[in-house]
Amino acid sequence: MASVRIPPVLRPSVGGEREVEASGSNIGEVLQSLVTSFPATKDQIFGADGALNRYVNVYLNDEDVRVLDGLETSVGDGDHVVILPAMAGGS
Amino acid sequence: MEGSVQDTGTSGAKSAAEFAADVKSRIREIGPGEVHEGLPEGTVVVDVREDGEWATGNVPGAVHIPRSYLEMRIENVAPDRSTPVVLYCAAGLRSLYAAKTLIEDLGYQDVASMTGGITLWKDAGLPVEVKKTLTTEQADRYSRHLLLNEVGLEGQQKLLDAKVLLLGAGGLGSPTALYLAAAGVGTLGIIDGDTVDRSNLQRQIIHTEDRLGELKVDSAEVAINALNPDVKVVKYPYRIGSENIMDILPEYDIVVDGLDNFPTRYLLNDASVRLKIPVVSASILGFEGQLSVFSPYEGPCYRCLFPVPPPPELAPSCGANGVLGVLPGTMGLLQATEVVKLILEKGDPLIGRLLLYDALATSFTELKIGRDPECPICSRDPDSITQDEMGVFPDYDAFCSGGH
Repeated sequence: MASVRIPPVLRPSVGGEREVEASGSNIGEVLQSLVTSFPATKDQIFGADGALNRYVNVYLNDEDVRVLDGLETSVGDGDHVVILPAMAGGS
Repeated sequence: MEGSVQDTGTSGAKSAAEFAADVKSRIREIGPGEVHEGLPEGTVVVDVREDGEWATGNVPGAVHIPRSYLEMRIENVAPDRSTPVVLYCAAGLRSLYAAKTLIEDLGYQDVASMTGGITLWKDAGLPVEVKKTLTTEQADRYSRHLLLNEVGLEGQQKLLDAKVLLLGAGGLGSPTALYLAAAGVGTLGIIDGDTVDRSNLQRQIIHTEDRLGELKVDSAEVAINALNPDVKVVKYPYRIGSENIMDILPEYDIVVDGLDNFPTRYLLNDASVRLKIPVVSASILGFEGQLSVFSPYEGPCYRCLFPVPPPPELAPSCGANGVLGVLPGTMGLLQATEVVKLILEKGDPLIGRLLLYDALATSFTELKIGRDPECPICSRDPDSITQDEMGVFPDYDAFCSGGH
């Protein structure tokens, strides 16, 4: 199981949790497991083509999965996955 | 009194003139012309005069260590005993004695004294650098900075000479502006077209109840001037946009981004890459903040991190949102800290790193962000970025119906 950090904009879709556990051996499976548990997150994370939405960054520990192996990036027990959409509040 | 004064006339003691001649015969001297153009790479030139003399002008590139502090401070500028050192004073005598000390007491191997000191240097028509000095009030005001090796007089002067542009005098801009003003950042530009509203005062600490309804730039100026009259405030009482950004940004060394909407963040990014001006960027929402420093061509730009903005339903910046009142204080002061570090050129700036702060969890998370070799903006030559494409992204017109 990996822990997945949920950004503020996605929290309403996961019952308000800041972090949830999700299983899977790679990033794609972990995110799929998240989407299965919380279907409302699907359209926010994945585009119609099944790829990650370009405005959402996903990090395994502190590395962007796009510079690793993308959705194929291996995930081990205890790894931290961070979902990070852009944020623009300043006032 | 009698007998309390030592007899200087005993055999073996030298007159001052004899001592000077003796030292002169043993210390290597080089002329101003050679110091000006013939010094080996890595030579440290030290001005050993007193503070008041230094203030009247010095050999360009020289460091100042008054003679009385020489033994204590020389290692700060020449840690290695084999470093070539050239000393000078007003007329060439004090630097001879100083050279003798460095060689005989401290073991420096390559020390010379400049013949004739700064006087002969000036007579030879060589260039003189006049460092700005602090007034008595400034020396007092910034005394805690002057005590820090990383700041000191030179760093404080850099702060006073710095020009920083704040985009917004709101949640993030308020604490940032106040602390940068307190630190002595000499010029603060502030862009904000809004007026002070009571709902701002829960977090926008630069404004006050008695300035409700005033332009935020005017209110901020009052607060800044009350805190530090050294600071020049340049006010832009309107929104930044494609029509004015290229006129305003070139006037500044660093931009502080506390913008509340995506279209302007992309516009700022593209313009700052084009102009190669670093942006210290933060954003806040609820109990969470993000912070990074985008230094064009040195690290990633905003588009490398977020190539496209989220759709409006996932971009809660578009309307009024809840924010913990102290959160912009935390994030704004992290921004101010990065600004000061950039000005001082000290420490490791938050370039290529994104810092996430979760106030509820009291946790900081750091993520690596790299340059995107296919970035539509910063993978290109800055001059090829045209005005027309700045701030543009797909569905720009539909975005946020105006993007406030």
